[in-house]
Amino acid sequence: MSDNLLDVHIRHTLHTAHGVLPMEVDFALARGQIMALTGPSGAGKTTLLRLIAGLIHPKTGRISFQNDRWLDSRTRLHIPAQDRHIGFVFQDYALFPHLTVRKNLLFALAKNQSPAVVDELLEATGLAQLADRKPAQLSGGQQQRVALARALVRKPELLLMDEPFAALDPEMRYQLQDLLLQLHRQQAFSVILVTHDMGEIFRLADRVAMMEKGKLTHFGTPSEVYLNEQTATDGLVIYGEVLTCEHHEDTLAATAWIDGKIRRLSLPLHYENQLRPGVTFTLHYAGGNADLRIIET
Amino acid sequence: MDTQPLILTFKLAGITSVLLLVIALPIAYWLVFGKFKGRGVVEALIGMPLVLPPSVIGFYLLLAFSPSHWFGAFIEEWMGLRLVFSFQGLVIASVLYSLPFMIYPIRAGLQALPPSLREASYTLGKSEWQTFTQVLLPNCKPAVLTAFVLTFAHTVGEFGVVLMIGGNIPGVTKVASVAIYNEVEALNYPAANAYAMVLFAITFIILLVVYSINNRLLRVRQPA
Repeated sequence: MSDNLLDVHIRHTLHTAHGVLPMEVDFALARGQIMALTGPSGAGKTTLLRLIAGLIHPKTGRISFQNDRWLDSRTRLHIPAQDRHIGFVFQDYALFPHLTVRKNLLFALAKNQSPAVVDELLEATGLAQLADRKPAQLSGGQQQRVALARALVRKPELLLMDEPFAALDPEMRYQLQDLLLQLHRQQAFSVILVTHDMGEIFRLADRVAMMEKGKLTHFGTPSEVYLNEQTATDGLVIYGEVLTCEHHEDTLAATAWIDGKIRRLSLPLHYENQLRPGVTFTLHYAGGNADLRIIET
Repeated sequence: MDTQPLILTFKLAGITSVLLLVIALPIAYWLVFGKFKGRGVVEALIGMPLVLPPSVIGFYLLLAFSPSHWFGAFIEEWMGLRLVFSFQGLVIASVLYSLPFMIYPIRAGLQALPPSLREASYTLGKSEWQTFTQVLLPNCKPAVLTAFVLTFAHTVGEFGVVLMIGGNIPGVTKVASVAIYNEVEALNYPAANAYAMVLFAITFIILLVVYSINNRLLRVRQPA
């Protein structure tokens, strides 16, 4: 038995706006990890998510999940989406318009599953007050909560999310990222999340897979991928945006927007030219040394 | 006024619409979501009654239903039914003749639904059947209602096909549209007018009710 929860090897054909591209993807995801899937549009991110969910068939490939085979093109094995026991959060939320919030969640119950989980999730996602409303009567952030709660009703071990927070304003996005982290801690599912948001990647992801033209070009921790080097995993990575930067006697006094708060940083002088307001950076503490990198955006 | 032709008309339209609903739901689903080649051929065949003169359909059905044809002989032998000049024959002819009126609106309704609804249901472990009955159908209620009523109204208005294969047997195949024709032929205009007025009024009321319901259903789905 391997330590990996999910093992993916896929060969497929992508039909993009720029023509037909071969898609070749191989990666493994460990149990409990959150993986961000990122890259330019048309790279095949959503297609990859749908292939893993079993909503489309690849040309050839293998997907295994724990000790189960989900897909093996050599033996023509294709476990349908229904039996993969995943949660899927769609970009357009895909809430059932004719059902109330509560009934959207009740719909997801597996046979013989106790409906108590629905009330727990309504409570955990702050939807209890809205349970009798139809999706059309909810704001975008509320609809997103319903979609997330509904995807978790069957207690999946793998949650697939297609740009779940992209349509929300920054404050709502932070709230929902926190909600996801909180639920992730409680229920210990793994996540694959399509996102373009650098902050989201550093906030949420243990792993980043960067995809371009149907292939994974980078794979690793966010700092490995974006700092382009191996870094100690016991370090502390801070992601932020420079607001101001002033030259004091022997240090730089910077203020930065970090994790939703304004913070003061004291940094070595030689960063002066790089730290202009609006620049995003990572600050990596490991073994007592602070290493600052500017992210190209 | 003899009410028998009117009753027969609405009986025929009711039975035809219910039968067609049962037939059309799987066909429409298959046309939208099925994976097969030759979809165009099937769609063209279903649409034929829209463009062909009713007499063409009536003529071929008359040939097929006659006991000298293998199909008519088969039905007569196995089911003891003679389809020419009978009510059962009229029902079959009406089903074929109104096929596009039931299938096309339902197909359009299913096509208009976001694909993610179906996929969301699958990822929540629901079968194709559960998805169809609990997610897709409830969300295209207006389309199904429209299809049902169009079919009903179209069958009420049927004339050519009925005349070709049903003839003019009182209480069996003499529907209101044929009765009107007979009364006009006999220069009995008041009787023709009575039938025509009743058909006009009833079909108008049905359409009015349906479009009111549909408008309400559609409004409910829009955000306030």
